[in-house]
Amino acid sequence: MRRPSATVVQYTIMSVLAVFFLFPLVYMVASSFKTNDAVLSGSGSWRAFLPTPFVGFDNYAAAFSRASFGRVFMNSLIISGGIVGLGLVVNSLLGYALARLRFAGRAVVVGVVIALMIIPFEALAVPLLAMMSSLGQLDTYQVQILPFIANPLFVYLFYTFFLGIPKSIEEAARIDGAGPGRTFVSVIAPLARPAYATMAILGFLFSWAQLLWPVMVTRGIDVRPLPLGIGTFKTTPPVLWGEIMAYAAMMTIPLLIIFLLFQRYFVAGVASSGVKG
Amino acid sequence: MPNIASTPETKGPARQAASSPSAGPPRHSRRRQEAASAWLFAAPGLALLGLFIAVPFTLALWWSMTNHRLISPLPTSFVGLENYTSILGGGDFWQALGNNVWFVAVVVPVQTAFALGLAVLVNGKLRGRVVFRTIYFLPVVTVMAASAVIWTLLYNPEGLINAVMKAFTFGAFAPDWLNDPRWALISVMIVSMWQGVGFQMIILLAALQDVPGELYEAAALDGAGAWDQFRNVTLPGIRNGLLFVITVTTVLAFRLFDQVWIMPQTPGGPLGATRTMILQMYETGFSKQQVGRGSAVAVIFFVIVLLITVVQRRVVREDGESS
Repeated sequence: MRRPSATVVQYTIMSVLAVFFLFPLVYMVASSFKTNDAVLSGSGSWRAFLPTPFVGFDNYAAAFSRASFGRVFMNSLIISGGIVGLGLVVNSLLGYALARLRFAGRAVVVGVVIALMIIPFEALAVPLLAMMSSLGQLDTYQVQILPFIANPLFVYLFYTFFLGIPKSIEEAARIDGAGPGRTFVSVIAPLARPAYATMAILGFLFSWAQLLWPVMVTRGIDVRPLPLGIGTFKTTPPVLWGEIMAYAAMMTIPLLIIFLLFQRYFVAGVASSGVKG
Repeated sequence: MPNIASTPETKGPARQAASSPSAGPPRHSRRRQEAASAWLFAAPGLALLGLFIAVPFTLALWWSMTNHRLISPLPTSFVGLENYTSILGGGDFWQALGNNVWFVAVVVPVQTAFALGLAVLVNGKLRGRVVFRTIYFLPVVTVMAASAVIWTLLYNPEGLINAVMKAFTFGAFAPDWLNDPRWALISVMIVSMWQGVGFQMIILLAALQDVPGELYEAAALDGAGAWDQFRNVTLPGIRNGLLFVITVTTVLAFRLFDQVWIMPQTPGGPLGATRTMILQMYETGFSKQQVGRGSAVAVIFFVIVLLITVVQRRVVREDGESS
């Protein structure tokens, strides 16, 4: 008799929690199909979660025309794509050199990379801004990409992953006459797919969400990414909440879909970030 | 940490022995070739780490003792510790630090306990637990800036949250969340926990699943109830996972910026109720263009983060030595 009722209690708790996590997202989608007046007047009741009176995709069209959503979305894609794409190459090469290749001073370099992991980006933002400003690099894509390509956390991720690959695999390639470059490309990198997937996912999540740095280094809409885009759209008169919610939905939903498709890798990546330390 | 760095070193001789009999060029030239390609592999990463972490970090230390400005016709001059004394002597910094500390004091225990509860719930054998885990994780994938905007609308005095509050309190409790200095930071805390708890849940779930099942069986044989098992088997078993979550959450709390820049009418408002250290650094170093003073705030921030990390490492190591 006790077990079924305990199960019911647990399901009830879990469902209430699910409502807590989901309601802002449902509210966002419902509001994105309403006029500003309907969003504000409907907020006091359960009607807040219904997309009525339905105005179709007017708000979505307005987010494109009034807030240049298309341009800003492309900017975010270019910036995150650059950071992640180049980061996969640069961080894995450095991680491999540290884990497997013999050279003088390697232990020192490993120690330095581990020490650098402690420095949060926020501690570097102001001097980096002054550096970039004096180099005339503000308001560009590269100022938003270059500082984030090499990441000590990801170097360390690859380093520990490569340490775990049996040496015999490389020895075989070496005996066949392959140099370090060929060994890496044709033998090691394919084995490291899980590490690449983890870095791609975490790197994308971090870079897609960045706000502080774009606020400091971009002025116009030309190279502005999504988080800053929605932050400024929220305060640009006239403030129309239906349109703002359409903007939020369009910057959120693609990521939610990618997450649902590759959930397994997301969860594994996040879980592995807790293994270090 | 040092033992990790030395691991490949200790394995070095064995490998050298294994590769030396292979045919090909003499060992020393092969070795030099390997060192050359190692530097080639490492060069892009090391150059970028140096240019974008080591250099700005050194500049922060140096500029924090100068009056350097973003754009100024005057030359930069050394001012000693003047930036530090004026920051520590001003009220804004202490208000910001106080907000960060208050945020940590509430969010770290509440969010950690919440995450642990969620992890235990989705760790069971119930059908559909993966669906619930997915739902709890969804806010993590939602960009914080977007979450902050959605919650700004929810916190509207006539908005959804107050409709619920009024229904439960018969209209007695309906504050103007983001415009009331008493409630503004609490509003920010709620969004932060809503957004971040799923991440911690996954880390704790992984830790829970690493606790050997035999330990529970042994405890059950000893007649331990569910609560005793949780206290004596689960909690010690996930100790390092918990410490990691607590450290990360504490550091994140000191990095608080996005929410307090987006949600209030003016960043850090009302009346500085949501002012944080990073916002202070941003306003000094960027808005007022005082790179010197902003760098000093950054250095103070870094020292705090460093202390938190050192304390965590020490606690983890103690555990490793005692067991």
